[in-house]
Amino acid sequence: MVIVNIVVTALLGAGVFFTLVGSIGLLRFPDFYTRLHATGKCDTLGGGLIILGAMIYHFFQYPETLLVPAKLAFLILFIFIANPTATHAIMKAAYKTGVEPWRMGEERR
Amino acid sequence: MRLGERAFGILLTFCIMAVFWVLLSGIFDTFHLISGLVCCAIVAIISHDLLVKGKSAKKLLKSLRLAIYIPWELWQIVLANIDVAYRVLHPRMPIDPLIIEFETTLRGEFSLLTLANSITLTPGTITILVEPERGKFWVHAIAKEPADALLVDQTMQRKVAHVFMET
Repeated sequence: MVIVNIVVTALLGAGVFFTLVGSIGLLRFPDFYTRLHATGKCDTLGGGLIILGAMIYHFFQYPETLLVPAKLAFLILFIFIANPTATHAIMKAAYKTGVEPWRMGEERR
Repeated sequence: MRLGERAFGILLTFCIMAVFWVLLSGIFDTFHLISGLVCCAIVAIISHDLLVKGKSAKKLLKSLRLAIYIPWELWQIVLANIDVAYRVLHPRMPIDPLIIEFETTLRGEFSLLTLANSITLTPGTITILVEPERGKFWVHAIAKEPADALLVDQTMQRKVAHVFMET
């Protein structure tokens, strides 16, 4: 049980770290497109790791309800499909609207 | 043959939806199971062509290759996050964004989707636009190195083309 707790804590910690990095990136990066780089990627792995941690914890803590980990596994799958698609959709909308990409040396917007 | 493909599509859709029903409902009494299966059958007959489309030839081999491709993709996602974390937390923020264009040999809907989503998930690049007719991609790269990985190495294009046999 101790090993499970360590693994789950590590997964949750890593997930929180990547989500936090995504938020910091959202604040630090200079323009729309680069900000999407931070949020689009970090939310995928961060959310996935947190759900994976919850899945493992539930699997060992309540082995009689195996349906919950299965549902969580589907959540991870859908996040991994939906997140890049949504990022791409936002990016495409911005590009078609004519948002100028930031280049090196310009002022941040 | 045409009828066989249709039956295969309906059966596959039905099986996938039945599995979903059982997993998501979590109730195993007769009434819920039967009503679920009836609904699955109706939906499968009406709209199976949304999920299973075209020739069923070599579908098994493609699924197998996709199953091998996915772990590599997951590893790329981890690398991408470490890359973004490094760029975000570095005091000087080593970014130099640019937009690149390139063409691929891919034409199939699903292979283009896979490549576009893979590009978005791998280090430093996000797909902006895809033009299916010429297999052309517009990609926003956060720095020079990730752009070169797509333009020069072309590892990912070759891998996706290998999975969907569109070389």
